[in-house]
Amino acid sequence: MGNGMNLHLKIWRQKDRNAKGKLVSYELQDISPDMSFLEMMDVLNEILIKKGEDPVAFDHDCREGICGCCSLFINGRPHGPQEGIATCQLHMRKFKDGDTIYVEPFRAKAFPVIKDLIVDRSAFDRIVMAGGFVSVNTGGAPDANSVLIPKNEQEWAMDAAQCIGCGACVAACKNASAMLFVGAKVSHFARLPQGHPERERRVLAMVKQMQLEGFGTCTNTEACSAECPKQISMDVIAQVRREYYRTALKKEK
Amino acid sequence: MNLVSKVPAGPLTEKWTNHKFSMKLVNPANKRKYNIIVVGTGLAGASAAASLAELGYNVQAFCFQDSARRAHSIAAQGGINASKNYQNDGDSVYRLFYDTVKGGDYRSREGNVYRLAELSANIIDQCVAQGVPFAREYGGLLDNRSFGGAQVSRTFYARGQTGQQLLLGAYNALMRQVGLGQVKMYPRHEMLDLVIIDGKVRGIVTRNMINGDLESYVADAVILATGGYGNAYYLSTNAKGCNTTAIWRAYRRGAYFANPCFTQIHPTCIPVTGHYQSKLTLMSESLRNDGRMWVPKDPKDKRSPVQIPESERDYFLERKYPSFGNLVPRDVASRNAKEMVDEGKGVGPTQNAVYLDFADALNRLGKDKIVEKYGNLFDMYKLITAEDPYEVPMRIYPAVHYTMGGLWVDYNLMTTIPGLYSLGECNFSDHGANRLGASALMQGLADGYFIIPYTIGDYLAQYKTDKLTTEHEEFKKVEKEIKENIDRMLSIKGTKTVDEIHRDLGTVMWDYVGMSRNAGGLKKAINRIKEIREDFWKNVIVSGINEELNQSLEKAGRLSDFLELSELIAEDALHREESCGGHFREEHQTEENEAKRDDDNFAYVAAWEYKGADRKAELHKEELKFEFVQPSQRSYK
Repeated sequence: MGNGMNLHLKIWRQKDRNAKGKLVSYELQDISPDMSFLEMMDVLNEILIKKGEDPVAFDHDCREGICGCCSLFINGRPHGPQEGIATCQLHMRKFKDGDTIYVEPFRAKAFPVIKDLIVDRSAFDRIVMAGGFVSVNTGGAPDANSVLIPKNEQEWAMDAAQCIGCGACVAACKNASAMLFVGAKVSHFARLPQGHPERERRVLAMVKQMQLEGFGTCTNTEACSAECPKQISMDVIAQVRREYYRTALKKEK
Repeated sequence: MNLVSKVPAGPLTEKWTNHKFSMKLVNPANKRKYNIIVVGTGLAGASAAASLAELGYNVQAFCFQDSARRAHSIAAQGGINASKNYQNDGDSVYRLFYDTVKGGDYRSREGNVYRLAELSANIIDQCVAQGVPFAREYGGLLDNRSFGGAQVSRTFYARGQTGQQLLLGAYNALMRQVGLGQVKMYPRHEMLDLVIIDGKVRGIVTRNMINGDLESYVADAVILATGGYGNAYYLSTNAKGCNTTAIWRAYRRGAYFANPCFTQIHPTCIPVTGHYQSKLTLMSESLRNDGRMWVPKDPKDKRSPVQIPESERDYFLERKYPSFGNLVPRDVASRNAKEMVDEGKGVGPTQNAVYLDFADALNRLGKDKIVEKYGNLFDMYKLITAEDPYEVPMRIYPAVHYTMGGLWVDYNLMTTIPGLYSLGECNFSDHGANRLGASALMQGLADGYFIIPYTIGDYLAQYKTDKLTTEHEEFKKVEKEIKENIDRMLSIKGTKTVDEIHRDLGTVMWDYVGMSRNAGGLKKAINRIKEIREDFWKNVIVSGINEELNQSLEKAGRLSDFLELSELIAEDALHREESCGGHFREEHQTEENEAKRDDDNFAYVAAWEYKGADRKAELHKEELKFEFVQPSQRSYK
């Protein structure tokens, strides 16, 4: 190896949902800069397992930045110091020999810790359940080219639809607001003709569910967009507000 | 048991239409009386669960991830094929069918493949109606590209994230049904076994991954849509959680396993950098449209690639396959890259890669055009390797990507266990010995949206519901077996971690059961796999207890199944004395080192029946008859 790094880790350990958690220190030697952050965590866990200790639990799956499972809060930032990526795409070359690295779960009232670095993000599923869909049953769809969609509208919808549902936006927000997530979903459909028949019902239901889940209020600090691994723009929050007020005002009349 | 494919007789174009009419229907008012379990929520599982719920069935859906939206279908980059012929370039259902049968090297069923091609157009309609933002042209119509060497443009795509967008479409549809109370969703639940009563599947037993509870669920039919088994090789492009457990337990309960040796190695992946490597990242096949693969002619040439003059480079694909060049099918490209590395011409710090060079394309098209076409892929490459592919050639090497084999299913997608269905990558049905690019998404969604909703009705219409509960002794027996197995793994307290043993298995599989295989190597692999299995049951260390969130235990259970499946993969590869598609036997090649199929002796599906631990599986053959397409030798010269 030769150019391996020695690292001091401070990792959040919490036995289960009800237990009290704390930061625990670990030392790692000779970590290759070519390793991914999660591979570094694997190395730590191999050592812990061999010592008969409990390995650190963390969510991960695809390890290529698309499934949205990984959710580590590294040195005070969701998904760590590099912009535009998920934790699994972060590589150790972003760190220096001798660094101290703090690893915590995504924190929010609506994301309770299940164990160590794993949180419960099912609130996002319930928000989608409330209205994040187009109500078409399988079968009977018209020919795909029967409705024309301007390229820029489709591109806009795609920008929003890229959300991986990781929850970094919530973790980054001082109010733990889920507006970027909800905005992405609402905007994706608001920009497409297929989403229009339900646009009013959708935005009201999703916003209501977001509030019920205990997410905070958006105060436009833009931390969510800055930390989003897919760099989803603040425009989606503007769009969800527009959709919401447009609908709410109409309903008041 | 005699394998009956149940492919209907009659002209190819009318098989599915006639079959739909001949199948029995369940009365709309009766549908809610049936409970259907769906395991896995990728494209196949989510689309099936949503569609069945829409019809009125009671559906329970399970996945091991924290949300149904995370299944590995999400990682598919390139696109989805459909025979829409929107580009006016001569595509048709028949052409897509023909390409798929040929691409699969004549080891798939004509009837199934034709149905797949037929349904492909409906999939695009359905997805667009759901709001999937496929790429469009300026006029507002859908855009297409050609993919994986196809001679027509039939691939629909959503940037480099087609799988994600299609999965989110299916996930949204599924969540809508969960909200309506028609589907009960169980995330963080792993299916550990099936329960068979009176010869029919009647439920599953799962482990609640948060607290370790073993939970039983009763059903009238069970659908497995649990993906492929590429992680038998440890390193693959699969997600870390992808596993064989559900289909392997089904196999042990009597479902036949078909063509396990048909595994696909994808040529363009980022090479391994060190022993800690946990997975491999695919670089889309589309890169081969403009990238040129080469190695230095002299194995001792250790100069930086940009310093090696044109005359001292070997563009090996262009040299050997002048007409297809860098666009030869996946298996051919992969094997040739391996050959170069085996000859000592590998490049990069670990000398296990070949170059994929864009210098020509950059000169020809300009950087802007390359950024537009491949920008996100180039960025991803740079992120992982810290090298800039605009300046130096990419280093690539093949990696395990997809498994064509899986549970044997008939035309109705039912396994050999009545009431048990298998959808998507975990069945064997449509890709033969090799899958074409952009066809996996198509198959998953065809199975889930448009096939199972019809075929499951035919089974249920002839099935009588009863008052079975999980108190039945068979459920208790299966739960007890699972508990004993878990306790056994936890009690070993050896010295080797699950990952260490999995890496050992992966090395054997890659070396002897990988891109090219021979009898000696396969026999050696079978012995080594047995040894590694013994090693696991003697020396593994699994931390913690069952009654908690325990990722070490989850991995151990999955590995124990891979350790059994791997032996079957090797046995199947050993018995198939021919080369076809992704299965290349060194003993069976032409003088020009191309795959040599043996249609006289091996034009069949090898379906293996479990005969008990430590007993050899029994081979059953389903003969493949080609009525419409004449098998020919593939040639890409």
